[in-house]
Amino acid sequence: MAIIEARNLTYTYPYAESPAFKNVTLKIERGEFILLTGPSGCGKTTLCRCFNGLIPHFYGGKLEGEITVAGLRTTEHPIHEIAHHVGLVFQNPENQLFALTIEKDVAFGLENLGLPRDEMRRRVDWALKVTGIYDLKDRAPYEVSGGQQQRVAIASVLAMQPEVIVLDEPTSFLDPLSAKNILEVINRLNKELGITVVLVEHRLDLAAKYANRVIVMNDGQIILDGEPRKVFLENEAALIGVGIPKVIRLYMLLKRSGLNISGVPLSPEELSKSIMEALIFDRC
Amino acid sequence: MIDVKDVYFTYPNGVEALRGVSLQITDGEFVAIMGQNGAGKTTLVKHFNGLLKPTRGRVLVDDVDTRHVSVATLARKVGFVFQNPDHQLFSETVEDEISFALKNFGFDEKTIKERVNWALNILDLTRYRGTSPFMLSGGERKRVALASVLAWDPKILILDEPTIGQDRNQKERLRQFILQMNHQGKTVVIVTHDIEFVAECEPRVVLMANGKIVADGAARNVLTDPDLIAKSWLILPEITNVLLNLKDIGFPANVMDVYEARDLIIERIGWARK
Ligand SMILES: Nc1ncnc2c1ncn2[C@@H]1O[C@H](COP(=O)(O)OP(=O)(O)OP(=O)(O)O)[C@@H](O)[C@H]1O
Ligand SMILES: Nc1ncnc2c1ncn2[C@@H]1O[C@H](COP(=O)(O)OP(=O)(O)OP(=O)(O)O)[C@@H](O)[C@H]1O
Ligand SMILES: [Mg+2]
Ligand SMILES: [Mg+2]
Repeated sequence: MAIIEARNLTYTYPYAESPAFKNVTLKIERGEFILLTGPSGCGKTTLCRCFNGLIPHFYGGKLEGEITVAGLRTTEHPIHEIAHHVGLVFQNPENQLFALTIEKDVAFGLENLGLPRDEMRRRVDWALKVTGIYDLKDRAPYEVSGGQQQRVAIASVLAMQPEVIVLDEPTSFLDPLSAKNILEVINRLNKELGITVVLVEHRLDLAAKYANRVIVMNDGQIILDGEPRKVFLENEAALIGVGIPKVIRLYMLLKRSGLNISGVPLSPEELSKSIMEALIFDRC
Repeated sequence: MIDVKDVYFTYPNGVEALRGVSLQITDGEFVAIMGQNGAGKTTLVKHFNGLLKPTRGRVLVDDVDTRHVSVATLARKVGFVFQNPDHQLFSETVEDEISFALKNFGFDEKTIKERVNWALNILDLTRYRGTSPFMLSGGERKRVALASVLAWDPKILILDEPTIGQDRNQKERLRQFILQMNHQGKTVVIVTHDIEFVAECEPRVVLMANGKIVADGAARNVLTDPDLIAKSWLILPEITNVLLNLKDIGFPANVMDVYEARDLIIERIGWARK
């Protein structure tokens, strides 16, 4: 059974005139790595809020259709129960931090999981280390920089190692190298532990190579859904403002100029290699 | 002009966030400040409008020491958009949010109306005029924060992470807008991790690490220097990386633009065929 399944899901915020998204039907299988993208305001965050029950339990409003996550109908289970299965990293990290120290923030979710003491300790230390904030663990979460706060938010979800991790623009405050390293960690959790990942991003260059599937939303609907190498080539994606990685843009420009290069690249290395081959064999 | 003279800054909890920063930004410049999380970027730019005052050293804005003027006075000249938009939004509607400062600065009704309409349009927010900022998406909130500052047309603009939450089309609008401001002689300082955005804008780039400036120069030189990049926890622009891998067969190592890269590669093919 799919780990996330939505059928004809339509949601309207309280006092909103029109739904934030309508008739979304979506199936995500266990172990997938999904990249969810689309223009600002298209409904990505709203959809994420349905995955962990914040909608409808916290936001209210009107949710129509059906959604199950990790076998739970989210409308029928409280947020704290869903949280055992689904971790959400908020778009705005500050809204997720509240403890007196960074270490306590990261440990908070774990306390309700009923893990043995030393397993808990091990997980907290691991999460602090892979996000590069171990040295800051005794500081208050509001006494650090924006990127450091975002790492705390990420660490507290990683520590839980839930079945599904949903990250809403988790790298927007991160310096590029840290973003790369943290995405690498998330990729390992996905490939080694089979944790399902839903990653919302506007900047697709760093994350493209980890995803098996890209879902593009526009104006409250899913308009494209498929392998990254296919979706990125769709005209519509570029048109609505999807941040197509530059390697793909260069690849398309070269193709259009008549250069016969093989394979759609998802990283600079892949593109360099095929340019090299094209030059050697001059397959024009 | 912004003149930062050997500035040190220590937070009340004892963290030394700036450790001897000197920097001059002249009128009409476009500067991007980049570098590792916690490097001190936000701390530094908060000195430009007097939100923070140096623990040691001085910051002069148009020859006025920021220690001797209030933030309110400086604000007319130095507009500041926070990294996190929620730190600056408080009004009930987007329109109120944008007109708030204009009212405070004593603009007349007609001008306020014009400015608000202009800012709504520039940031693609017209349809949200009567909406509460708290009922908007993350990217939309960031644009409201930008609009509310752009509206009063400050001479110096400080934008902390302006591209957060923005899709490609919004970023392109923002880029065009910044270039236009620059053209009119306005100073624009952005703090950003968005390396591809900087590669497209080609501003002057200042790199920070551990409370100090470690590099300062044209984007094309700074962002394509693998050593500087590694030292500041950045990564090379995608296109630079593609061509750097082909350096051995004679491609230049300082290209950031897709079209420039295409022309170089195509030229090379033509040359190989001869
Ligand atoms: N709390 C809320 N109440 C009412 N409307 C909301 C609320 N939050 C978001 N909206 C609206 O719902 C729509 C979808 O917003 P959402 O936050 O899901 O967009 P998004 O795709 O995440 O955008 P971004 O990339 O800018 O974060 C937008 O039109 C937005 O204005
Ligand atoms: N309010 C605060 N109280 C105490 N220390 C702080 C505070 N804000 C930031 N710091 C610390 O000061 C240093 C510089 O932080 P600053 O916010 O200037 O970094 P930054 O370069 O903007 O980072 P980021 O890219 O993550 O936004 C960091 O070590 C940070 O932990
Ligand atoms: Mg969002
Ligand atoms: Mg900052």
